[in-house]
Amino acid sequence: MNTFWRTFKTAAWLGWEMDSNWTEPWLFALYSIVKPVAGAFILVLMYVVFAIIGGGPDQEAFDYMYIGNAFFIFVASTLFGTFQVIQSDREWYQTIRYVYISPISYYVYILGRSASKIAVSTFAVVITIAFGAMFLGVHLEMTLERIPLFVAGLILGLSVLLAIGICLGGISFLTAKHTHGLAEGIPGLFYVFCGVLFPLSILPDWGQAIGKGIPLTYWFDLTRRLLTPTPTIQTTLNAFSDGFILLLLFLSTLGFFGLSIVIFKSGEYLARKAGKIDMTTSY
Amino acid sequence: MSAPTVHRTDFAYRLRLNAKAVLGRAYPRVIGANREPSWVFFEAILPLLGIASYVFIYQAFGARALEGVSDPAAQAAIRANTNSLVASVVLGGTMVAFWLNVLWSMASQLYWEKEIGNLQLYMMAPMNRMALLGGMAVGGMFMTSVRAITTLVSGTIVFGIVYAVVNPVTLLAVFFVTLVALYGLGMMFASLYLLWGREAWHLSALMEEPIFFSSGFYFPVGGLYQVGGWGRAIAIAGTFIPASLGLDAMRQLTLGNTAFGGNLWIFSVEIELAILVVMAVVFLVLARYALAYLELLAKREGKLTSRHQ
Repeated sequence: MNTFWRTFKTAAWLGWEMDSNWTEPWLFALYSIVKPVAGAFILVLMYVVFAIIGGGPDQEAFDYMYIGNAFFIFVASTLFGTFQVIQSDREWYQTIRYVYISPISYYVYILGRSASKIAVSTFAVVITIAFGAMFLGVHLEMTLERIPLFVAGLILGLSVLLAIGICLGGISFLTAKHTHGLAEGIPGLFYVFCGVLFPLSILPDWGQAIGKGIPLTYWFDLTRRLLTPTPTIQTTLNAFSDGFILLLLFLSTLGFFGLSIVIFKSGEYLARKAGKIDMTTSY
Repeated sequence: MSAPTVHRTDFAYRLRLNAKAVLGRAYPRVIGANREPSWVFFEAILPLLGIASYVFIYQAFGARALEGVSDPAAQAAIRANTNSLVASVVLGGTMVAFWLNVLWSMASQLYWEKEIGNLQLYMMAPMNRMALLGGMAVGGMFMTSVRAITTLVSGTIVFGIVYAVVNPVTLLAVFFVTLVALYGLGMMFASLYLLWGREAWHLSALMEEPIFFSSGFYFPVGGLYQVGGWGRAIAIAGTFIPASLGLDAMRQLTLGNTAFGGNLWIFSVEIELAILVVMAVVFLVLARYALAYLELLAKREGKLTSRHQ
C-alpha cells in the first residue's frame, strides 16, 4: 500500500509539473479558465442565436444545458488525463519503457498522472458556474443539507470517470496515435447519450436505453437536481429518488473499477505479446 | 567509384527536387495514416458524436419552442430554422476536423519532428523547407478531407439535413481557398512553434474551444454581432482565422442567403471569397519568411536539436 501511495504522489506531482511548469502561474490559471469558459460561450451563443431567430428565451433549458456543460469539464479532462498518459509517454516523450520497467504499479501511476487534471478541472468548473450565476442568470439552488449528497455524487462520478479512462488507456496500449480522436470522440459519446446538454427524452428510444446504461447519466441528473432544479424538463429519470441514483452510482463505480483492471491488464498483456508497448506511430 | 555529384542549381532540377519533397512528405499522411484502419472509427465516426450533441441541443430547443405553438406557419418557420442550425453544426463540425489537423498536424508538426529527432534530418536535406511544409499540408488536407467527407455525409444522412446548393462551383472555390488559407496559417504557425517550444502544445490546446467560439463553428458567426460590442469584437478577432469567413460563405451557399432571415451573415459570398484569397496569399508569404527567420534563430541559439524545451 505504501508503494501505491508513493507512486500516486510522485505521479501526481509529475503530472502537475508537466501540465503547469511551462509557464507562469498566472498564465496557467488564465489558460485553465479560458478554454472551459469559451466552451460554455459556444452554448450561450447557440442559445442566443436560436432565441434571436424566433425561438424565444427559455431560461430553464439554458440552465439545464449550462450546468451540464460545466460539469462535463470533469468528463473531458479526467478521461483525457487518464488515457493520454500511455500515448504521450509512448509516442511523444518515449519514456514509457523506463516507467514501465520501474518497480511500480503502472495502473496507479496513471491514476496519479490524472490527479492534476482533476484538480485543474475543479477550478475550471467552479469558475464556469460562478460566471454563469453572476453574468448569465443561471439559477442556483444549493442548500446546506444537499451538500453531503452532492459531494458523495461528485466523488462517485469522478471515480467512474477514472475507471472508464483506465479502460480506454488499456485499449490505447494497442492502438495507433489516436489520442485526439479519442479525446474528441469518447467525451462526444457521453455528450450525446448522458443527457448533459439536452434531456434524454430528445433521443430516440434506443438512444435513451444507451444513456440509461451509462452511470454518468445518473450523476449529471443528480447534480442538476441538487444545483439547479428544472421541473418542466422531462429527463426520463424523474421517477428515481436521489438515494437510488446514489446507490446506482456506487454499484457502477465498483463494476467499472473491476472492468478497468480486466481491460487494462488484457491490453497490457496483448501489447507486450505483440511488441507494441513502446511502439511509435508518427505520421 | 562513381563520379562526384555536381551541385545543380538549375530551375528544372530544383522544381523536380521540391516536387519530390512535397510528395515524399505527403506520402506518409496519405498512405501511412490510412494504412491504420482504426482511423475510420476514431477519426470519422467518433467526431460525429460530438457533432450529434450540438445537433440535439438545437433539436431540443426546437422541440421546446414548438410546445404551445399552433400556427402552422410559425411551426414551419421553427422547423426550417432548426434544420438550418443543424446544417450549420454539421458543416462547422466538418471544418473542425481541418482546424484540428492544422493545429496538431501542421502547426505543432515541426516542434514534434524536433522532439522525435527528425527535424535535423529535414534541415540537412537539400530541398526547400517550404516544400516540406507544403508536403505536410497536402498530405494533411487529403487525410483530413477523407475523414471530413465521411463525417459530412454521415451527418447529413443521419440528421436528415436538406441543403439548398445553388452555386456548387463557388462552393468548391470557397472550400479550397479556405483550406489553402487555413493550411497557410498552419505553415506559419509551424515556424513560430519552433520558437515557442513547449508552450506550443498548450497554445494549440488553447486554440480549440476559443476558436470554435469566435469563428462560429457551431452557430452562424453573425450571431456574435447581435450580442453587443463584446460580441462584435470577438467576431472581428475570429475572422483572422480563415475558417470563420469560409464557414460563413459555405453556409450561405448551402442554406441560401435568406436562411435565418438573412440577418446572421457577415459579408456577401463574393467579398468573403476575396478576403480568403488575400488571406491565403498573405499567410503563405508570411510562412516563408517566418520559416527562414526562425530557422536562422534556432540555429544561432542552438535550439534546433534540443528536445523537451
